[in-house]
Amino acid sequence: MRVPLSWLAEYVDLPGDATPDSVMAELVKVGFEEEAEHGFDVTGPVVVGQVLEFTPEPQSNGKTIRWCSVRVAPEGQKAADGGEDVRGIVCGASNFEVGDKVVVCLPGSVLPGDFAIAARSTYGHISDGMMASAKELSLNDDHGGIIRLHEMGLDPKVGVDAIELLNLADKAAEINVTPDRGYCFSIRGVAREYSHATKAEFRDPAGNAQPEHAEGFEVIIDDATGIRGRVGCDRFVLRTVRGVDATRPTPPWMITRLKLAGMRSVSLVVDITNYVMLELGQPTHAYDLDKLAGGIKVRRAAAGETLKTLDGQVRKLDAEDLLITDGSGPIGLAGVMGGETTEVSNETVNVIIEAAHFDPVSIARSARRHKLISEASKRFERGVDPKIAEYAAARVVQLLEVHAGGTADSLGANYSTLGDNQAIWLPATFAQEITGVEYTVEEVTSVLADIGCVVAHVDGGYEVIAPSWRPDLAHKTDLAEEIARIVGYERIGTRLPVAPPGRGLTKNQKLRRAVLSAAVGSGATEVLTYPFVSDEANGYFSDAKEKVVLANPMQVESGQLRLTILSGLIDAARRNLSRGLTDLAIFEEGSVFLPTSGYGKAFELPKAESRPTAEILDSVKATLPAQPKHFAALLTGERVKQQVGVRSQSYDYSDAIALAARIVSATGQKLTVRQGSTKGFHPGRTAELLVGETSIGFAGELAPALASEKDLPRRVAALELDLDVLYSSAPEVLQASPIFGYPAATQDLSLLVPLDVAAGDVLRTIEEGAGELLEQVRLIEDYRSEKLPEGQKSLTFALRFRATDRTLTQAEASESRDAAVSLAASKFGATIRA
Amino acid sequence: MSGANPINSGVVDPLVESSLAGIAAAADLAALLEARSTLVGETSEISKLNASIKNLPNEFKADAGAILGAARGKLNAAFAARESELAKVAESLALAAETVDVTTWASHAPVGARHPLSLMQDQISDIFIGMGWEIAEGPEVESEWFNFDALNFDADHPARAMQDTFFIEPADAHLVLRTHTSPVQVRSMLDREVPIYVLCPGRVYRTDELDETHTPVFHQVEGLAVDKGLTMADLRGTLEHFARLMFGPEAKIRLRPNYFPFTEPSAELDIWHTAAKGGPRWIEWGGCGMVNPNVLRAAGIDPEEYAGFAFGMGIERTLMFRNGVLDMHDMVESDIRFSQQFGVTL
Repeated sequence: MRVPLSWLAEYVDLPGDATPDSVMAELVKVGFEEEAEHGFDVTGPVVVGQVLEFTPEPQSNGKTIRWCSVRVAPEGQKAADGGEDVRGIVCGASNFEVGDKVVVCLPGSVLPGDFAIAARSTYGHISDGMMASAKELSLNDDHGGIIRLHEMGLDPKVGVDAIELLNLADKAAEINVTPDRGYCFSIRGVAREYSHATKAEFRDPAGNAQPEHAEGFEVIIDDATGIRGRVGCDRFVLRTVRGVDATRPTPPWMITRLKLAGMRSVSLVVDITNYVMLELGQPTHAYDLDKLAGGIKVRRAAAGETLKTLDGQVRKLDAEDLLITDGSGPIGLAGVMGGETTEVSNETVNVIIEAAHFDPVSIARSARRHKLISEASKRFERGVDPKIAEYAAARVVQLLEVHAGGTADSLGANYSTLGDNQAIWLPATFAQEITGVEYTVEEVTSVLADIGCVVAHVDGGYEVIAPSWRPDLAHKTDLAEEIARIVGYERIGTRLPVAPPGRGLTKNQKLRRAVLSAAVGSGATEVLTYPFVSDEANGYFSDAKEKVVLANPMQVESGQLRLTILSGLIDAARRNLSRGLTDLAIFEEGSVFLPTSGYGKAFELPKAESRPTAEILDSVKATLPAQPKHFAALLTGERVKQQVGVRSQSYDYSDAIALAARIVSATGQKLTVRQGSTKGFHPGRTAELLVGETSIGFAGELAPALASEKDLPRRVAALELDLDVLYSSAPEVLQASPIFGYPAATQDLSLLVPLDVAAGDVLRTIEEGAGELLEQVRLIEDYRSEKLPEGQKSLTFALRFRATDRTLTQAEASESRDAAVSLAASKFGATIRA
Repeated sequence: MSGANPINSGVVDPLVESSLAGIAAAADLAALLEARSTLVGETSEISKLNASIKNLPNEFKADAGAILGAARGKLNAAFAARESELAKVAESLALAAETVDVTTWASHAPVGARHPLSLMQDQISDIFIGMGWEIAEGPEVESEWFNFDALNFDADHPARAMQDTFFIEPADAHLVLRTHTSPVQVRSMLDREVPIYVLCPGRVYRTDELDETHTPVFHQVEGLAVDKGLTMADLRGTLEHFARLMFGPEAKIRLRPNYFPFTEPSAELDIWHTAAKGGPRWIEWGGCGMVNPNVLRAAGIDPEEYAGFAFGMGIERTLMFRNGVLDMHDMVESDIRFSQQFGVTL
């Protein structure tokens, strides 16, 4: 809400030096955040001038300029800038005549956009100032020529300060109005809140015009069912003004205030209805009485009905839309926007004013359905004071009489099914129980009275009737909040509550930290990518047909949620590479989104008035996709850079597997790998990652075609694994093995095995075959050569043996080794390489 | 008897003196080795004297042996001392030869880093763990029931539209990307026994275009306490403690009235930012309030018996003003330099 200060000051006392900042600083205390300051940004000598004469001068560019002589000060007096009383001014506009009074910006003045005016040489003259258009003063958007003051209904003296004349020094404070405070979408509401903040006196603008009896215009409200059991309209006031001159100009002060409040001046009648809406918060609508066909009926739309709204759009109406209709059909979308057929025009003579109260839910739905959030709908959906309607109608009538020359008529209507607000019981100490602040009876009663409540202090508490403009005050907690807010939050004390002894991080939370530390310890850098991906990117590593799809993505091309984290890391890698960061080890831990059988099923949400049953909660949860936590990493470039005494080493598949091994070991488990394949990975350089017999993911190198398509180097190591699965098998407690101090015996063992036997399988077989004496085995060489028997490779292992109770002899170690060899021989046909 | 003993100190002492001089003159271990051979080796004077003992008359043998034994002992000690001396010199020469320019040190392994947003969530979690709170988590794709309905957002209330929500297709399944971590509060109240003290950090989503201060994907941390007799003073006390642990013992906070559907009374939380550009000032840190009775009811908690408070703040925003991050782009672009400047600490 934008609040012009001059307007606010009419209804609450402002200090003489009030600025938008100082006003906002007060309002923030009662819950309205500052948004911005607005003004016309016109300064300096801007005066009323009179065109004495002009000469049209056609130019070579086809334009005709006017070389004008303009009086800017009474004869013989100095002008506001200290210069001559008559100036030569070049003007491009041609909408004026000799004798017109105009707005002259003299040298030294500054217009919006830091546009400084100076005497300048143009079209062969020295132009000593500028005659301004409404747009140049940011009064209006149209640039139909310069301002002719008589068209605004003004005839000021030459030389008068035009900034003051047009109220261009006024400024507005823009505050954010929270959805519970619809009444503050009005000067009336903001003035009241300003008085709460400052204790300055509030004068209710509802008193500007008194309602008068009007009747005889048929109004029928036909809405038996309503929406959610609420009838769409409970108040409908009509007032008539006859004999208006709709062509009269809107008074400049009104244009200025509308503009500062963020609204455009349209025409006198429309401007007046908008002005009253801003002042009182009640949207009103003016119909051309002579275009109405019979009485008005408020009803829901019928199938197939349409309405051309004032913005020129033809709207297909929905059965839930509440309409204003006459004998001709729909003439307005209630509370949202009027229709074209009954619009006031320059020819309008008789006007009928509507001020009604509509159900917020009905208006909210219509506004969203038609994507038509109007000033009226914004107010209705947040709650308009249902009792202000007849005051607002009276105020419109008053302003039409004063400014449009009309005369009020007794034709009208005054429909109402409004009841009185029910009393709310506020126990004496309730506000204190919530805030911890002791409030006196005097404080409670005066705060509630100040905000408009009727308060009765009775035994044990207060009977409180909320004012009509506060539909948000329905429960005792609402009242407690008002007491806390108006008395001030600075009264709230400080106490640190003691929680019961906590259980610390959960197992998975601890494991997550261990995993992230392990990844960092491996030299990888954590990144956090958006989970929004394209259909194509979701297909890099998955053939899944079902995906979680956004209804309203920020970018259409990234309209799905990720199935894998790697798809996002590819983009992250590409961005780094494009910035010259070619050596990358990046990882991310986070959720992926996998549709399940129950996902996306149509579902009616349960009421939230009480705890739903376990079955209902389960069925709510069943609509969600699976969202397991994954870990993914992408490694490319050099792991070790060339340095003094160090040769560079590039990342490859084994770095990805090694990282996976560290991740798994961080959870107290052991990784095993086997040759594997998965979409998007190199068919010959991919390991399936296993913990026990459970597959947890893949590590290896990206398919080179995918890497090059994404502008990555050919060799990109990568892994992705499912942390939820990994965590599920992690031990709660690790059991220690004893450490024995007897000397170890070491032996190397070279085995010839067929080329297609995996070294990992041979290694596990050695472990199995060697038995308990084998403490550690390491593959140290995978040798291939034509010198070896055809189809064979040589694998060399370093073995370390140790006994738990004695010094081992080489003979015992050899016996253990031979047992390993014979198992490998039986499994793979392995032989000892001579 | 044949006169005096030919092996006497008059003969041996000069020999010892000259040998000691020879040992001292050995400049290195090789020279010392040579000196040993010359001075005490088989062909040396002293060895010859020693060999001649057997030819002496018996009454001289013992004395001669004693004299020569003492002499040899002296020389051996001198050799050992000199050898040790020379070995030290040799070692120090060898070490000097091994000198390197240590400023050429090489890193054999890359150094990793956490993302500061993720670090900060851990840091905040630790603060609350230290107060006995627990950390609760929940799904990012969430049912509207948890994200809105149970939090007192009426289906037709403008507050629901105010949240700039990402919706998931199809619409009639009522799924959204959670707009705040508050649905985790609801889940906590449904799943746990009162009293409840939980902190809910996590990723949230709103349809804001990425710019210097906004991002559609961001992180929040929310706290929820439900217990008997909690008041806004407990809320303030908790926030003040939290603020001091995050920003130092001098940190100050301020509560301002505001509106959220899930709390009443609601407040905006400001923190006194001493390092703000252009001088210290209050800046908005988060929102908070007393849990709305409707929210307690939706979770099956009797608001007449229990009260709750809740608070929430953006991690990105906190990182921006606490650690001087100027542009949201840095936090979301995955440029490794951003994480690496923090390493593993904030």
